[in-house]
Amino acid sequence: MSEDLTAFRSEVSDWLKTSFPASLKGKAAEIVEASSERDGLKGDALEWRKALAAKGYGAPTWPTEYGGAGLTHPQAKVVGEEMAKVGAVNPMPVLTGMGITMVGPTVLEYGTDEQKAKHLPGIASGEVRWCLGLSEPNAGSDLASLSTKAVLDGDNFVLNGQKVWTSGADKSDWCGAVVRTNPDAKKRDGISFVMLTMDQKGVETRPIKLISGSSPFCETYFNDALAEKADLLGKQNDGWSVVKRLLQHERQSQTSARTSSGKSESLQDMAKRFVGTDTEGRLDDPDLRARITRHLMDSKLHSLTVDRITAEARGNVEVSAAASILKNSATNVAQTRAELHMEIAGSQGLGWEGAEFGAAELENVRGWLFGKAMSIYGGSYEVQKNIISKNILGLPETTQKG
Amino acid sequence: MAALNEEQTMIRDQAKSWVAEQAPVRAFREVRDSGAELAFAPKTWQGMIEMGWTGIIIPEEFGGSDLGYMTFGLVLEETGRHLTASPLFASALVGASAILLGNNEGLKQSVLPGIVSGEQVVTLALEEGPRHKPEGTALKAEKSGKGFKLNGDKTFVMEGMAATSYVVPARTSGAPGDTNGITLFLVDANAKGVSRNPMHMIDCRGYANVSLKDVELDADRIIGELDQGYGVLEQVLDRARAGLCAEMHGTAAQAFDMALEYLKTRVQFGQVIGSFQALGHRAADLYTAKELTRSCFEAALKAIDEGAENAPEMVALSKARVGEFLRDMSDQVIQIHGGIGMTDEFDAGFYLKRARTLETAYGNQGYHNDRYAKLLGF
Repeated sequence: MSEDLTAFRSEVSDWLKTSFPASLKGKAAEIVEASSERDGLKGDALEWRKALAAKGYGAPTWPTEYGGAGLTHPQAKVVGEEMAKVGAVNPMPVLTGMGITMVGPTVLEYGTDEQKAKHLPGIASGEVRWCLGLSEPNAGSDLASLSTKAVLDGDNFVLNGQKVWTSGADKSDWCGAVVRTNPDAKKRDGISFVMLTMDQKGVETRPIKLISGSSPFCETYFNDALAEKADLLGKQNDGWSVVKRLLQHERQSQTSARTSSGKSESLQDMAKRFVGTDTEGRLDDPDLRARITRHLMDSKLHSLTVDRITAEARGNVEVSAAASILKNSATNVAQTRAELHMEIAGSQGLGWEGAEFGAAELENVRGWLFGKAMSIYGGSYEVQKNIISKNILGLPETTQKG
Repeated sequence: MAALNEEQTMIRDQAKSWVAEQAPVRAFREVRDSGAELAFAPKTWQGMIEMGWTGIIIPEEFGGSDLGYMTFGLVLEETGRHLTASPLFASALVGASAILLGNNEGLKQSVLPGIVSGEQVVTLALEEGPRHKPEGTALKAEKSGKGFKLNGDKTFVMEGMAATSYVVPARTSGAPGDTNGITLFLVDANAKGVSRNPMHMIDCRGYANVSLKDVELDADRIIGELDQGYGVLEQVLDRARAGLCAEMHGTAAQAFDMALEYLKTRVQFGQVIGSFQALGHRAADLYTAKELTRSCFEAALKAIDEGAENAPEMVALSKARVGEFLRDMSDQVIQIHGGIGMTDEFDAGFYLKRARTLETAYGNQGYHNDRYAKLLGF
């Protein structure tokens, strides 16, 4: 297998030589930034998006008939590695909102052939952006108590209700919404998953400002919004199984804890700069030193565990039971890092804006604030523990009564 | 669990079933109750030798199978699960590592085959006080004739009563606290001037005080270089710690399984206690710690097998965090079992007691937290 991969690797490398515009080298951050805006990619970046789409490398493991490249997971990993080597980035996961990471895999699993043909190619090519209508004001951790109604009327479902925390709803083309289609059934039995266009009269979005400032989150209102009957994913009233799968994909996508980009100063060096060291080179604040050490250990444990689980799966990376562990562990690491960063910098780490504060300091403050959401979204810290206790350890359900 | 090759899988499976059948906690309890000085069942030790476990890290030319530390760890996880007592770790991992790394060809020839066959039990006699401090070695070795004369005391020597010889770090120059000036010697347990006494520790394994009085040794008993033994000692200790971590994780994992089983069967207030969220979340926390720490001790063993530069870092991380998991788990296995967990008749107490001696061996959590920070340059 490794011989095949070696041959494949040089094939990818050759393709990149001819297809990746030299002008984009080292511009990964800019491309990601531009991708978050509608029609944000211009010039060479747009050409690169098209080249990726033509090759199927935007969604490399998806079948070729739906715009992917039909690669195995180990092959897809090679594509990622080779792209990283030349400083290329795949903009599709950002361009498509929830398309590549969550909607696509779920449509692949639950969709009919017609639905796959209709929805997947636009995601794989980075042209169609998706949001997800899951949470509601009164249905957060207890998502199954949602009340947005959908009533079948001829060839359409008619939707009425409100969703909240719909990431990128104001910039999306399509929405996957979880709705109540049978109000008389037990709460998990009357739910369906429908897909609808955002560009219609019955859909209204309002961005939400957070403690960290502007955010991608929106409130989304459905007032007689229409979803085609043909865009019901899975069976009617059996949407809960679709949602569960979708949420597994979500957890899976939230398991990485980017602690530092190689370029930025390490926490320990930063601490030495602000606090100083004793004669033996130890940080001159034993309590802070102990807590930084603990954080660095946590961070290493997390990355070693991601590596181990990947190695154990021998490349067959699917949604795994470990995702709940990794999501919580990633949350711990990221939140603690931001707190330590601020603590080390003292008052200098507490600036909101202005020339007195460096870009890294301001970025950390916003990240620290936004980071408080990590233990809430995608299933809160506590919900993940419920999942571990029930699904992995086989302990009785603690949240369902009756 | 790391991705294992066929041979490793076979050894792991063999260890799993053999330990559970031949050397379960019940067997350890019998040894304890008998008060035997050796603190392990000779039959258990013999079985391990017959299965070839004593040769796992020893090259084939000396009768071993040279399968490496990761493979040794697979066995130690299983013995850790059942608290199996034997000189396997002390001799076939720690003692053998010292002889291998010391690279004294004569000693390799005369000792390694004996470790494999079990005729020789070679153990590290390092500590001189209650807290782990290898550079603090004070036991004196003075030049005497063609060789050396050793004077001083070693304590908390693992399997010290079963040993046929000791790897003894001694001070040949400098002062306690200097890393230079330490030399490793191989000392026969029955040499003139060597005496030993059993120490009775909470975990009932075989520890001893070993006293050396005017013990005469030839220079060919030096393991490694004169005055430069600390480098080898550090490497031996890291192998020992990585092996210990595998054992510790096995011990903690078994305690976890016991606690989880109890959460699923013990009924109070008309429901199994595992249905209470406080306990469900605690179990989830412990499970998370179990999975995260598995990654680090496997990484430590792998780093040692591959001769990776970051092996000391991985070992420090591992000893600190597997140690912490074992501490929490050994507390919780009692707490979750409630009153029954406090009784001597139940096994939870054995896990608590074993936990603390393993945590303390070769540097506890605090020691390795500090070491990790030093290795990271702050």
